Amino acid sequence: MNSKPMPSAQAPVVRDSVLKAENLSKQVSSPEGALTIVQGVSLDIAAGESVAIIGSSGAGKSTLLALLAGLDLPTTGRVLLAGTDLTQLDEDGRARLRAQRVGFVFQSFHLIPALTALENVMLPLELAGRPDARSAALEALERVGLKKRTGHYPRQLSGGEQQRVALARAFVTQPAVLFADEPTGNLDTTTGMRIGELLFELNGHSRTTLVLVTHDRGLASRCGRIVTMEAGRVI
Amino acid sequence: MPLTGQTLTEAQDTSGHGTRALRALSLSLRMLAREWRSGELGVLVLALTVAVAALTGVGFLVSRISTAVAMQASEVLAADIRLSSTQPINSEYVNEATRRGLQTAWNTSLLSVVFNGDASQLSNLHAVTQGYPLRGQLLIANEPFAPGTPTSGLPGPGEVWPDSKLFAALGARIGTTLSIGAGSFRVTHVLISRPDQGGTFADLTPTLLMNAGDLQSTQLIQPGSRVSYGLLFAGDRERIDSLAAWLHVHKKRGERLRDIADASPQIKNAVDRAGRFLSLASLVSVLLCSIAVAMSARRYVARHLDSVALLKTLGATRAFTLSLSLLQLLVIAVLAAAVGSILGYLAQEWLLRTLRGLLTTAELPPAGFLPVGIAFFMAIAVLSGFALPPLLQLSRVPALRVLRRDVGPPPLLMVLAFGPAVGVVVLLIYWTVRDWTLFFGFTGGLAAFILLLTLSGALLVYFAARFRGGVGVAWRYGVANLSRRRAESVVQIVAFGIGIMVLLLLSIIRNDLNSDWRHTLPANLPNFFFINIPPADRGRFIDFLHARGARTTRVMPMIRGRLTAIGQHPIEDLRFEGERAENFATREQNLTWTSELGADNRVVAGTWFTQADFGKPLVSISTEIEESLGVHVGDHLSFDIAGESFEVTVASVRKVKWDSFQPNFFIIFAPGVLEDTAGSYLTSAYFNAANSRPLAQLAHMFPSVSIFNIDDLLAQVRSVLDKAVLAVQSVFIFTLFAGLTVMLAAVQSSRDERRYESAMLRTLGASRGTVLQGILAEFITLGLLAGILAAAGASVAAYFMTTRVLELHYSFALWVWAAGLFGGALLVSLSGWAATRSVVNQPPMITLRA
Repeated sequence: MNSKPMPSAQAPVVRDSVLKAENLSKQVSSPEGALTIVQGVSLDIAAGESVAIIGSSGAGKSTLLALLAGLDLPTTGRVLLAGTDLTQLDEDGRARLRAQRVGFVFQSFHLIPALTALENVMLPLELAGRPDARSAALEALERVGLKKRTGHYPRQLSGGEQQRVALARAFVTQPAVLFADEPTGNLDTTTGMRIGELLFELNGHSRTTLVLVTHDRGLASRCGRIVTMEAGRVI
Repeated sequence: MPLTGQTLTEAQDTSGHGTRALRALSLSLRMLAREWRSGELGVLVLALTVAVAALTGVGFLVSRISTAVAMQASEVLAADIRLSSTQPINSEYVNEATRRGLQTAWNTSLLSVVFNGDASQLSNLHAVTQGYPLRGQLLIANEPFAPGTPTSGLPGPGEVWPDSKLFAALGARIGTTLSIGAGSFRVTHVLISRPDQGGTFADLTPTLLMNAGDLQSTQLIQPGSRVSYGLLFAGDRERIDSLAAWLHVHKKRGERLRDIADASPQIKNAVDRAGRFLSLASLVSVLLCSIAVAMSARRYVARHLDSVALLKTLGATRAFTLSLSLLQLLVIAVLAAAVGSILGYLAQEWLLRTLRGLLTTAELPPAGFLPVGIAFFMAIAVLSGFALPPLLQLSRVPALRVLRRDVGPPPLLMVLAFGPAVGVVVLLIYWTVRDWTLFFGFTGGLAAFILLLTLSGALLVYFAARFRGGVGVAWRYGVANLSRRRAESVVQIVAFGIGIMVLLLLSIIRNDLNSDWRHTLPANLPNFFFINIPPADRGRFIDFLHARGARTTRVMPMIRGRLTAIGQHPIEDLRFEGERAENFATREQNLTWTSELGADNRVVAGTWFTQADFGKPLVSISTEIEESLGVHVGDHLSFDIAGESFEVTVASVRKVKWDSFQPNFFIIFAPGVLEDTAGSYLTSAYFNAANSRPLAQLAHMFPSVSIFNIDDLLAQVRSVLDKAVLAVQSVFIFTLFAGLTVMLAAVQSSRDERRYESAMLRTLGASRGTVLQGILAEFITLGLLAGILAAAGASVAAYFMTTRVLELHYSFALWVWAAGLFGGALLVSLSGWAATRSVVNQPPMITLRA
């Protein structure tokens, strides 16, 4: 594994900018030929900012989120996360960067069914090698109101509870950037609202940069900035 | 070259490899524990456990019996080297050995009847000299069948030590006087065991140990008596080797020199061959279990795609996720190897108890740990070959899958997907047979057999699907399921089919053998053989038998003779392949002459003696002689018979039915050639075994006649065969279990689908009973199809085995079909129902919401 320092040319970006996308495009091949999902997107998100990405289905929101989080690589352009060019890292390098700087909340919760709520929250801390994983995870679960459900497995929790575990897991590492993909999409209106409240409360408390992909205009309106996408472009 | 980003993950890097490994281990153990509790790993562990149990069970068994045989071999001679002959051995050899500073002892043995008053028993007398045994030890006691204590002494003059069987049969006590030939001897101990008491199988004839100095007084050794002379040597290895070399040069023909290495080659070969066969039998189970492992691994991978993608999203590297899976596999392998080894050990203990009596050794050496090591290696190998490729694929699932479920790992190259599995199969088979010819034979045969079964299975599934229109909704649903999951159905049918088929085949053969013996041995056919009837006593002896109501068969003369040349080539100049040919050529043969060709003899070449041939130097040989020595009709043979030379021509070749229980010979002379030579007669007769008094009288009146009870021999052979077949059947029960694991793996892989279907059917108004009936119908059909395949396969294989290999009469057995169909349906439906009932028990809402 390469352990030499990063070249200095890649380090500096805009002051206060934590996430920067430069002319991002993503093309995939399909039976009908090459398909452009994201085209020429540039974004600059400052530390502590909350940005909602909205748009109709198929507009390229989730693909943009995947590119910004380093889950996928752009066909052209680059993404700078905390000063590091993601396109210059290999898969494991991006994974390590995520472990340090990034949190996620997903529409379908994505808890590991084999682990308890506590173990699910401990997981990113353990992957980052934190010795206080257990106490930090317990504290995070207490903050989302699940202190008494720590030993439960995902299938023993309701949808709202599972998403709260996911929120605890996302914030427990105090990430520089939190990516949320339709966090209320799988929940009923009331539960969705409560989860939305909790998301913004935790975000405010930890001063994390939030990138939120949603259909929910109410939720989007709580963000500092709204980016609208259509046919792969930011409009 | 992309950068790795390591500089940015200081916490991960500074934690070091050791901590990361511990973290992976801790996480994998926790995930494994949870997987275990959810029951998802059950099939994988079960499949591996069955494979390990099959392999270790046979491994323990073969290793213990082989060790026992090796241990016996070193003592079976009671010496370092042993010279034996049916003719008195020149005492010049003793002088030579003494000159070289070696120890010697004599062991002369012969069959004779021992009396205690009216009670009599045919026994093997061993007259031994001081120093016997030179290797190993004698165990004696004062009661029969008691644990023996070692002794360095021998029976003194006038004393004998009968073994437990003889002691009990004669109703003797310590101090009883026994009559042997013309002498009387006092019993001073019971002989519990002696090192050279024979092969591995129980000796049929009781034994008596006596002092060699007393042999003369019995007057048992007369011209024509069947005596075996043994001269034993022991001492320093180098001196023994030099004496052996000297003896090889100086020994006479018919004198056989045996070393520890060739003390019991047949037994060793037989054990080796049986061991290899049982190992191959257990390998069939291992291979079937491997299919279950591969199916379970596929299911494991499918279920873990999301988790691994999530782990990567949260920052886990590919190496970390791979190490998680590998550690889990390692734990599973250790667990399966441990549980499987224990089960294998218990299975072989049970098998050994079943086989008790087959082996003379009372105490088998303890099992070593080698089979456990091999089992662990095998578990790792099977997992590496069948589970590792999909796991490697699992580690390559992109993190993007957390957002897009349709994104999976890149497909594996064919060589990576199947290469390791093929490699492991080749390795396991070759390691078992250790011979390329056998390897290709077995692999080719197995591949062809499985292909045939697969094609037949596919046809059966196809026809079952065609006929489903004529049955009710539940059955239609069940049978439709079979044809929809066609590949899985065929694999299950084949896996079960093989297990049931082999068990049925072995049962048929066991039955056929038993019924064939009953066929050839109706109640009034000969059950006693009488040999060594002196020519002078022949008439009186036969009259005596007839007067006691016995029915005799043909009375044949018998004379011992040795082959000295084939054509113009002296035997000394010829080389023979195989021990049988060597024996035919160099050992003394039992020869006879007759004008009548028995019904159990069939001439296959040349012509049988006619009146015109009487007095001409002609012989008829058996097919065994023809095949072993390469001698054919018209060839010339020379014999040395009682010191006289005979040159004869082969007039015919006979196929002999040896199991007719009538006197039969490999070589028959034309009448009028050997009549003047000294010899004896033999015959067989039917005697009512319940009345042993005439036999005791007969033994009294004709002490040199040896009596063999065929009933005992037959019972012994039948028991040996029954136990051997049972042992093989037991090994194939593992095959059935392996079939079960394949079915469980298939059910598991379709569980989610089944759960969804069940929920949908119940939502559409089907009762729980209807859904359950459908599932039962599916498995009953599966079992019936496996049963059809098994019964058909077993019947065809049994036909060829009985008619071509065993040369017995084959009779079609309806019970095979009944057992196959009923057994298959019951076994598969019960286990299938047990594996899927939770699917039906889950409320539809939970399934449809999930």
